[in-house]
Amino acid sequence: MSTTLTVSAALAWRNLWRNHRRTLIMLSAISVGTWAMIFLTALTQGMVTDMVRQGLAVLPGHAQAHHPAFRDDPNIVNLLPIPDSELESRLVGGDFVAWSTRINVPAFVASERETRGVTLLGIDPARERDFTFVELDTIDGRFLETADDTGVVIGRKLAETLETRVGKRIVVMSQSPDNEVADRGFRVVGVFRAELPSQEEDYVFVGKATVQKLLGVPDRVTEAVVFGNDFRNPEPVLGQLEGFVSADGVTAQSWKDLDVYLSTTLAAMDGFVLVWVIVIFLALSFGLVNTLLMAVFERIREIGVMLALGVKPAAILLQIVLESMLLLGIGLLIGNLLAFASVELISDGIDISMVADGMEMMGATSRLVPDLRMQDVVLANGVVLLLGFFASLSPAWRASRYEPVEAITTVQ
Amino acid sequence: MPIEVRLAWRNLWRQPKRTLLTTGAMVFSNVLLVFMISLQVGMYGLMIENGLKVFTGHLQVQAPGYIDDAKMRLVVPDAVALAGKLRDVDGISAAARGSTFALASSEDRTYGMAVMGVEPDHEPDVSSLPGLIGAGRYLDAADAAEIVIGKRLARNLKVDVGDELTLLGSGLDGSFAATVVTIAGLFETGIPDIDRGIGALPIGHFQDVFYMGDAAHMIVAVAPSLEAVPAAVAAVESQLPADGELVVHDWDALVPELRQSINADLGGALFMYGVLVVLVAFSVLNTQLMSVLERTREFGIVMALGLKPGRLGRLVLLEAALMGLIGVFAGAFLGGLLTLYFSVNGFTYPGLEEMAAQFNLPGRLHPEVTLLSLFAGPLVVFAFTLLATAYPAFRLRRLKPVEAMRAA
Repeated sequence: MSTTLTVSAALAWRNLWRNHRRTLIMLSAISVGTWAMIFLTALTQGMVTDMVRQGLAVLPGHAQAHHPAFRDDPNIVNLLPIPDSELESRLVGGDFVAWSTRINVPAFVASERETRGVTLLGIDPARERDFTFVELDTIDGRFLETADDTGVVIGRKLAETLETRVGKRIVVMSQSPDNEVADRGFRVVGVFRAELPSQEEDYVFVGKATVQKLLGVPDRVTEAVVFGNDFRNPEPVLGQLEGFVSADGVTAQSWKDLDVYLSTTLAAMDGFVLVWVIVIFLALSFGLVNTLLMAVFERIREIGVMLALGVKPAAILLQIVLESMLLLGIGLLIGNLLAFASVELISDGIDISMVADGMEMMGATSRLVPDLRMQDVVLANGVVLLLGFFASLSPAWRASRYEPVEAITTVQ
Repeated sequence: MPIEVRLAWRNLWRQPKRTLLTTGAMVFSNVLLVFMISLQVGMYGLMIENGLKVFTGHLQVQAPGYIDDAKMRLVVPDAVALAGKLRDVDGISAAARGSTFALASSEDRTYGMAVMGVEPDHEPDVSSLPGLIGAGRYLDAADAAEIVIGKRLARNLKVDVGDELTLLGSGLDGSFAATVVTIAGLFETGIPDIDRGIGALPIGHFQDVFYMGDAAHMIVAVAPSLEAVPAAVAAVESQLPADGELVVHDWDALVPELRQSINADLGGALFMYGVLVVLVAFSVLNTQLMSVLERTREFGIVMALGLKPGRLGRLVLLEAALMGLIGVFAGAFLGGLLTLYFSVNGFTYPGLEEMAAQFNLPGRLHPEVTLLSLFAGPLVVFAFTLLATAYPAFRLRRLKPVEAMRAA
């Protein structure tokens, strides 16, 4: 058997180069197709990864715990029933990459010029540094330092709208649990930049203890957020978080439930990759089958002679299939190398700021960094080899079934 | 039928399998192109329409700078009168609108919200929001102390039609502004940000409460169609005072993300189409090159008999063109059928609904069959078919009759 294989492989290889033009054209087509499969997939995956990264930074976290009513009614009344100090001592024992407890309520800010509705975040700055979307190294002024910091940090866009800057005062208003309007003047200590304008517009950071005092909710928070190693697999951290809080009637959810748009986009991506790979393969398959048919047709007499001399039909079949697999294999190799090279070439990302607002609408930034994932590469190559194998069976089968005498006497 | 066409047609069917496979590749790509382009045409139209109709309108008159930073003091003076003047322009609907932020308090909740002051009589002509009232009614009197808010906001505030809301905000001069309004109705657009963050007051009351005098922040106008917008912009501009105190922005300037997200999507799609077309071209190149090479002896004989190489080249091109034509028509026909089916029944896939909601689109898309979507893709494929055949056809010019006749 192994001799048959070696001989068939040698024959297949030589046959491939008998008509080098045809083989080269087919190789170009397979290479271009493979390149396009992998390159476009890497670009699209890059965009989706960017969207998820932005989404997780704002959400934030891979999993969150809330009062069961908070998601529908994000109000200070719906505080977590567990005291913050107790909650923190539980979370410290968990295996998280980062975690934080925070107050997250709608609020209203006013300068002497303008007023705006915002999301007020009462945070422990030391914990948030690990994952905040605030770009800490380009901040104007400073970020919050402690949980009882009395300053406020706002985004650049919001500062422009309010016509305020570092050192000036703004008023922050929000509702206290007994529906009084709690308000307080804060000094702006920092103005931050973020990747998306909406992040600079909508979020206002204040020390957690300061907000607790302002709203009259000492030692209480509205949410706990945790990060794990891999955003694609939030279940381990979700399970831990649930274990810490569910006995107290608190709801824990992963980001996939918290942001349905993001999770369905991520899930739809895998479907898209498969559809794209199959479409390209189908477009290639016509040419592939065509090439094999022609190769067989040209060789009818030769195949007839081989059969007449006693070569087994299975060996003919094997030889044609091997010819096809060699063609696909070389094409895939070149296509993969081209794709890796193009991804490497733009590994710093390509600037698409001309459609920045449109990308923001989808939740992505204006720099597209390709994300080449091994499982996509394996999928693309696997689909081409598998379907290519089946596509070559029919011409190969026909060749192995020729009647030797008829084949030898065929006039071309 | 001219002799060349008959010859070309017969040549095609000397190797029926090969011709069918090559044409099959064209038809496959063309069907795909027709369907995808139709889907995009339908989707983009809907994205623009749905994105504008809720309240952006086709164009707006604003004070310079308001578009970048919606500041309270950047106003359109004497707005109601100006809106009336613009309504006199043929085909244009217009309404004045004020806009600010306020803190809305009910019995047991307080939320920040965007507050618009609208002309109850004219707002329905420029916005779909008045038509989306799910409970109660829309505003009717220009001075009444009433408000319509989104259903979600009402739920968060724990209020219903007939309840009162206290609004706190700041007036045009920066002073404290407050009012108590009755909820006249609740709207539901299905767009979460709007349903939980916006309310509309009659413009008269808005101007009183926020010390606006007779000013507002924008005049929203709608033209008869998207194509008529540039003309409408010019017509509106001619009605404005010439001192440059007011500017007109079309929808593209007002919501640049709309066209940009379309462009971003189009960019990705064009890449995919390009790859498909190139793969088909390779397929054609391969087929035509083979068919030329296997006929070397035959070509040598007819050239020896006096046929010019140019004519042979045209014959090969004609063969490709015939294949291409079958591809164009079969592709457009089958693609059209497929598209027609989905344009009636709607097209969806898992996850589309959630993604579509992000762009104010419904969960089922209805592709649009147009002449453009039917033939744009197939004609490009046709052009590349001819281009791919140029090389084998050109090779014929170098053919020497005697050598060709001796070729294996």
